[in-house]
Amino acid sequence: MSLDLRIPMGLMFTLLGVILSAFGLATKDRPGFYAQSLGIDVNLWWGLVLLAFGLTMYLLGRREQKRLAKLPPEPVVEGEVRRGH
Amino acid sequence: MLNLTRVDWLIMLLYFVFVLGIGFALKRYMKTSKDFFQAGRALPAWICGLAFISANLGAQEVIGMGASGAKYGLETAHFYGIGAIPAMIFVGIFMMPFYYGSKARSVPEFLRMRFDEKTRALNACSFAVMTVFSSGISMYAMARLIQALHVFDGLFRAVGWNPDGIFTFSICLSALIVLLYIFLGGLTSAIYNEVLQFFLIIAGFLPLVLIGLRNIGGWSGLKASVPVAYMHEWKGVAHASTNPMGIEIIGLGMGLGFVLGSGYWCTDFLVIQTAMASKNMESARRVPLIAAVPKMVFPFLVILPGLLAIGLPTPHTRTVVSTVNGAIIHETTVERPEVEAGRGLVPAKINPVTGKAMLDTNGNALLDYDMATPNMLLHFFPTGILGLGLTALLASFMSGMAGNVTAFNTVFTYDLYQSYIHKNASDRHYMAVGRWATVGGILLSIGTAYAAINFNNIMDTLQLVFSFVNAPLFATFLLGMFWKRATGHAAFSGLIAGTATAMLHHGLTLPLLAHPGIHGGWLAVLHRYPSDMAMNFWTAIFAFSANFVVTVVVSYCTKARPEAELVGLVHSLTPKPVRAHIAWWKRPEALAVGVLLGAVGLNIFFY
Repeated sequence: MSLDLRIPMGLMFTLLGVILSAFGLATKDRPGFYAQSLGIDVNLWWGLVLLAFGLTMYLLGRREQKRLAKLPPEPVVEGEVRRGH
Repeated sequence: MLNLTRVDWLIMLLYFVFVLGIGFALKRYMKTSKDFFQAGRALPAWICGLAFISANLGAQEVIGMGASGAKYGLETAHFYGIGAIPAMIFVGIFMMPFYYGSKARSVPEFLRMRFDEKTRALNACSFAVMTVFSSGISMYAMARLIQALHVFDGLFRAVGWNPDGIFTFSICLSALIVLLYIFLGGLTSAIYNEVLQFFLIIAGFLPLVLIGLRNIGGWSGLKASVPVAYMHEWKGVAHASTNPMGIEIIGLGMGLGFVLGSGYWCTDFLVIQTAMASKNMESARRVPLIAAVPKMVFPFLVILPGLLAIGLPTPHTRTVVSTVNGAIIHETTVERPEVEAGRGLVPAKINPVTGKAMLDTNGNALLDYDMATPNMLLHFFPTGILGLGLTALLASFMSGMAGNVTAFNTVFTYDLYQSYIHKNASDRHYMAVGRWATVGGILLSIGTAYAAINFNNIMDTLQLVFSFVNAPLFATFLLGMFWKRATGHAAFSGLIAGTATAMLHHGLTLPLLAHPGIHGGWLAVLHRYPSDMAMNFWTAIFAFSANFVVTVVVSYCTKARPEAELVGLVHSLTPKPVRAHIAWWKRPEALAVGVLLGAVGLNIFFY
């Protein structure tokens, strides 16, 4: 399968992270906004965690894609039965 | 009242865009029916492994485990420790070689290879019904939850629609999204989205657990605010009256661990299909083992929210009197009656006619445990991350549904359509049938969703269904894979006997405090169990034993199949695979030992 899941998944979490942390930054000083979450700006902190996770996934996926692009067509492993048509 | 802002909607929308985007991106890879139904048998083990547990991470897991956490406490973790981990190790090490190696395309097809046509037909039919039922329950639960949380109320007000349509709107929206991405990308799409959802659940629930624990005063604070029995997995399990679930050690070990757990994880095509989609035998065997690793830590994410919800103080209507510049100000916070009658953040069930809390036969308020986890989200999450939490919840429902739908379309197309309706058609034809079976399966699920169920706990309902259909099944596979003498006639009659026994047992016994009817005892009440969970486990044990005994007896009365036909299907007749080229620590067996040690360690920790 030539679609590496890590690329769309990484993109999604990167975007989620950007949205959450930007929103967290914007609402950081609003009085009472984070009373529910015990005064912690969860949007900012959790947004940053998701951003880091998303970027890592995306970069891993890209690296794998580049590695595959450089390789010659996949050699058949000896002893392995080829299935399909 | 739930107040969603634009950020929350943006996050939800982003998720839907990616879910559908993955479906569209995969469409061009769907060339043969193998690509569509089996993901081309080309996926890496880690993706299949995460999808393996994610397929099960639907309604019964996220809401149901939170509900059980609130109802029974940490004992719920047995569903992981005894119920899942050993079975996952067993299926990976011992059963996967036959599922994957036989080249069967579905679990019923394996039954045809090992036994005969009628055993397969029976299994395929009961399985198809069960998947539709599960995905219907998932849909119903989701629509009810969306209604209860008022997720779409603001949207409906803004557009000017009648809020009565929210139930239908939620069902149609989720059905449409699942339908689209499976229709386009088949099993690959379902698996990819299950992995996406796996990470989304962690992203949504980990901060919830962390904040909840902080609020209640950490682990020791949680211990201090719930009954002692709630914090122990094993203590008090020797006798039914000393643990919240009301189950003694034999019922628990045999019922959950051996019969229900194995029946589910080792034979349910819903989860097995993800392992069968991996790229080679070693990967396929590693899939359930990889899945077992996150499965060990999932109790923290899904059970703890329920336990925290019970432990937190119950909100009451209160008036704060303060004096500001000489004026006396009364500030009243009004809590709704269901909240006040509830316990912690778990509301009481309200009779819609009288508006009063519903009571059990002892006069205590019946709690709506299914609201434990959602109420935690509303209580702790401000807008922004609330959108993420709700998206995670929706995602879990949709992927639970998706797993059922792909299992349904495969079994329908290969085991019912190709076998009994239209043999020898072209591959393209079967792929088209699979796509339309997806549509049909989803329509049937919608029908089931409307035939709603009045049960206190989704988990109990699903366990009941599984105990009728799945519990006897494990005996058939166990005998089929490890006893070459087992015959087709025997397997068939064993399955019938098992399911019949399960129904009979359910009809003759009843949990304490329950009225005869859907909870059991519809024939006569011969015995009363301390809880419905205990009854489910014993139903499963009886069904399994009946199947085992009948299969063995009938096998000896019927003619065995020649051994040559059973190579690759039965353990003793299958040559051991040569694995000298794989380093010892990369072998599935090494991973299995690691997982087992981890599981034992966690059980000791939560003793």
